Amino acid sequence: MEEKFLTDLKEVFEIEDREINMDDKFREYPEWSSLAYLSIIAMLDEAYDFQIEEADFKKLITVRDLYTAANKK
Amino acid sequence: MALLQFDGVGISAMAAAVPHTIINNYEYTQYFPADQVKEVVDKVGVFERRFADEKTCSSDLCFAAAEKLLTDNQIDRSEIDVLIFVSQTPDYRMPATSILLQERLKLPQTTLAFDMNLGCSAYLYGLSTVYALMQQQGLRKALLLDGETRSKVYSPKDRRTAFIFGDAGTATLIERNERFGESYFSLNSDGSREDLIKINAGGYRNPSTAETLKEKVVDEYGNIRSEEQGYMKGGDVFNFVIREIPSDIQHILAYSGTDKDQLDYIIFHQANTFINTYLAKKLKLDTAKIPSTIEKYGNTSSVSVPLTIVSELKDKLNGDNAILLSAFGVGMTWASAVVNFNDCKISDIVEV
Repeated sequence: MEEKFLTDLKEVFEIEDREINMDDKFREYPEWSSLAYLSIIAMLDEAYDFQIEEADFKKLITVRDLYTAANKK
Repeated sequence: MALLQFDGVGISAMAAAVPHTIINNYEYTQYFPADQVKEVVDKVGVFERRFADEKTCSSDLCFAAAEKLLTDNQIDRSEIDVLIFVSQTPDYRMPATSILLQERLKLPQTTLAFDMNLGCSAYLYGLSTVYALMQQQGLRKALLLDGETRSKVYSPKDRRTAFIFGDAGTATLIERNERFGESYFSLNSDGSREDLIKINAGGYRNPSTAETLKEKVVDEYGNIRSEEQGYMKGGDVFNFVIREIPSDIQHILAYSGTDKDQLDYIIFHQANTFINTYLAKKLKLDTAKIPSTIEKYGNTSSVSVPLTIVSELKDKLNGDNAILLSAFGVGMTWASAVVNFNDCKISDIVEV
């Protein structure tokens, strides 16, 4: 599950040159932007049927935070 | 629940006008570096849009569209009993712009006229209001004018809104006739989301002052605007779309007894390519049925639905055509409709 999430997230960020990890702070990726944010919430809705408001999203810091939130339901 | 059904009322003719000035978005680089501009433009899918000059108002664009419609279809102006002007960029705070247009278009004083201020979903609200009025047998023809000069509302120094919006005006003629068949509307509102898209000052809650006119840096990205320019929280708007729009479209399809495969065309509010691609995928819609004008006219707010019909469906609306309309925006408000078009006469787009 974690592996698939990492693959999905890499695709959203269009990261091809390296691996990413569950403990990464995704806002520190050079690919992070307000546009990447839109792509992430689209991915979370499509792949995980998970919707999140911007204020709650701001509390998520690491990839693991995202993963846990998306799978919490 | 605001579900509406009408029988024997429909759109007999449409026209549109756009400003002649074309903004090439990749070259709109006076405030941001070209590589950043390219990234935003590629994502939102707005390659060109039209900007009105400082003397041109929404009403001028609608006037040009209405003149084209009335002339092309040889309409007797004395038969126009209803005139509704839909806009959030009126000429004045008062009087209502529709009243000025009654005089400019040489319509009779017996014309019922008023403005509707609502935002991106307003064409559907306006159309359903006209359809409701037209239940009155005494009313012969109605003119729904929908115009916006969004270029005058947003800061060119705020990258979240600088590359999206454009200007245009449209005219729609509505009449009663059995050939139009049935039409269905779903209309919604949610004021708890009032801060997603807003112009905070310049009204009566926060009146205009020297302070509200000052440009300020508003966020950690260095975006600049005044309190009297619009802002948009794009992420939250997209969240709103995810939560509300697919279910409302399912709702109107069920209410109207329409299978999505029976639709001839689907017209989305031209918010941006990212959102419309998402909606088409989510609802598993046939993209061949979804015309788009976002790439050449941008997001023209409430005008985008009728503008897309005029631009992309000219000569294609012979006989019966079941068309799904869907729009959402500031408020928030959102609306969906399944409207039967029958022999709708569409004029060529006028440049002003």
